[in-house]
Amino acid sequence: MSAPDVGPAPETGQTVTRFGLGSRWVHGLTAALMISCILTAAVLYNGSIAVLVGHRYVVEQIHVFSGLALPVPLVVGLVSRSYRDDTRRLNRFTSRDWAWLRSRTRRDGTIEVGKFNAGQKLNASLSAGSIGALLLSGSVMYVTGLTPLAWRSGATFVHDWFALGLGLLVVGHLVMATKDPHALTGIRTGRVPLRWARREHAAWAREVAGDPPSRP
Amino acid sequence: MREVVVESTSLRDRVVGVGYVASMSPWRARHPAAGREATPDPDRPPDGGSPVGRRVVLGLLGLGALGIATGTRAQDALTSVLAPIQLRDPTGLTSLLPVGDTFRFYSVTGSVPTRDATSYRLTVDGLVDRPTTLTLADLQGMPQTSLVRDFQCVTGWRVPEVHWSGVQLSRLLDHAGVQTEGRAIRLTSFDGTYTDSLTLDQARLPDCLVALQMLGGDVTHNHGGPVRLYMAPMYGYKSVKWLSGIEVTDHVVEGYWEHRGYDVDGFVGSSNGREIDERT
Repeated sequence: MSAPDVGPAPETGQTVTRFGLGSRWVHGLTAALMISCILTAAVLYNGSIAVLVGHRYVVEQIHVFSGLALPVPLVVGLVSRSYRDDTRRLNRFTSRDWAWLRSRTRRDGTIEVGKFNAGQKLNASLSAGSIGALLLSGSVMYVTGLTPLAWRSGATFVHDWFALGLGLLVVGHLVMATKDPHALTGIRTGRVPLRWARREHAAWAREVAGDPPSRP
Repeated sequence: MREVVVESTSLRDRVVGVGYVASMSPWRARHPAAGREATPDPDRPPDGGSPVGRRVVLGLLGLGALGIATGTRAQDALTSVLAPIQLRDPTGLTSLLPVGDTFRFYSVTGSVPTRDATSYRLTVDGLVDRPTTLTLADLQGMPQTSLVRDFQCVTGWRVPEVHWSGVQLSRLLDHAGVQTEGRAIRLTSFDGTYTDSLTLDQARLPDCLVALQMLGGDVTHNHGGPVRLYMAPMYGYKSVKWLSGIEVTDHVVEGYWEHRGYDVDGFVGSSNGREIDERT
């Protein structure tokens, strides 16, 4: 995400608000629940860990209730205007997003990026959809009296593959985030350096701070 | 209807999309959080885009629902494609893929003690004439019965055509001599927690084994070895792992998972969902 020569230290200048309190809380709660789901899933799914940890009923309960709670902050957060605005931006793919995705040099700033780049938008919508599919299939597996056995087999199949996909998305998300200290600061404190914003999200930076000062 | 309107907007937006960057800055500076679909404004940023995010979410939900309805077939197809690859994969990485037809290991306690040929004991007591304690060698010395049957978990996963071998439970019960007031059996596990029950009629079914072998070898620790139950016509939670005790009782005592809502009579296809399953 960041240019290779940029570290966190040099950018001490002006900062701009990137994430409101609502968005940061939704992100934090979702992250905590997601980690809980992933850790318990590892115990439930991996045979060696499962036998080592045991306590299947307790682990299963934590997994089920973390999973049921996972969409809650995503929905309750909609009372926050800043979060609503962020979801609206993530939802919308513009012609520039498609061009950005097709471009081989998408990181060089030629195609100006709004508040979120197309990769972030894809990650958000794929994650949200996967969470929904996991909730659906997980419910079918959990309430065994609800559906015929063939559906539960299908639900296990869906749950397995969506979990793998979402796990990969989360790993990718973490890898991208840890490569960019300013992005991490942004989601933690809500503020990012304006210079970083101009480089990574030029169109958004112009939107919140106007045109960059022209250099003589 | 709304989708149609949005579509036509986005079509127009794409045409004029190049003008977006140039025209947005003054307007955006004054209305940083304004929605894209708000009142028509001549200065409004033209490329509001299309709601691809929502389509992706709905698409994945649809895919999930389709997978639940058709998943058994899809999984079989996928397994037939991936299984040969997994067999030939030298890295072992493909074994991390969630392909079906593999066992998932369930244990309800912390670490389960290991028992081997010298330390393993199976007690048969309760309402019997001759309470007995059997070693692994005792069990191995009895007539063995072999079966090739599916292992079906109540949550949906299944391992088809597993090879099982062991002593029929009915033989052990006859050996101990069930008294006339005996109605059911209570099974215990040396994990210290797990229990389960069968009626005497169920326990006497010819495909209910005290299994010593599965998958072509001794029952391993993770699979509940050295001795586990295999109740072929029922869901996996009836096949007690790490079997250590068989007690004849005068009524059915709820087992571990049954206490947590599962059916006591856990026949595959006619309980926990009540639909005939075509494969088992």
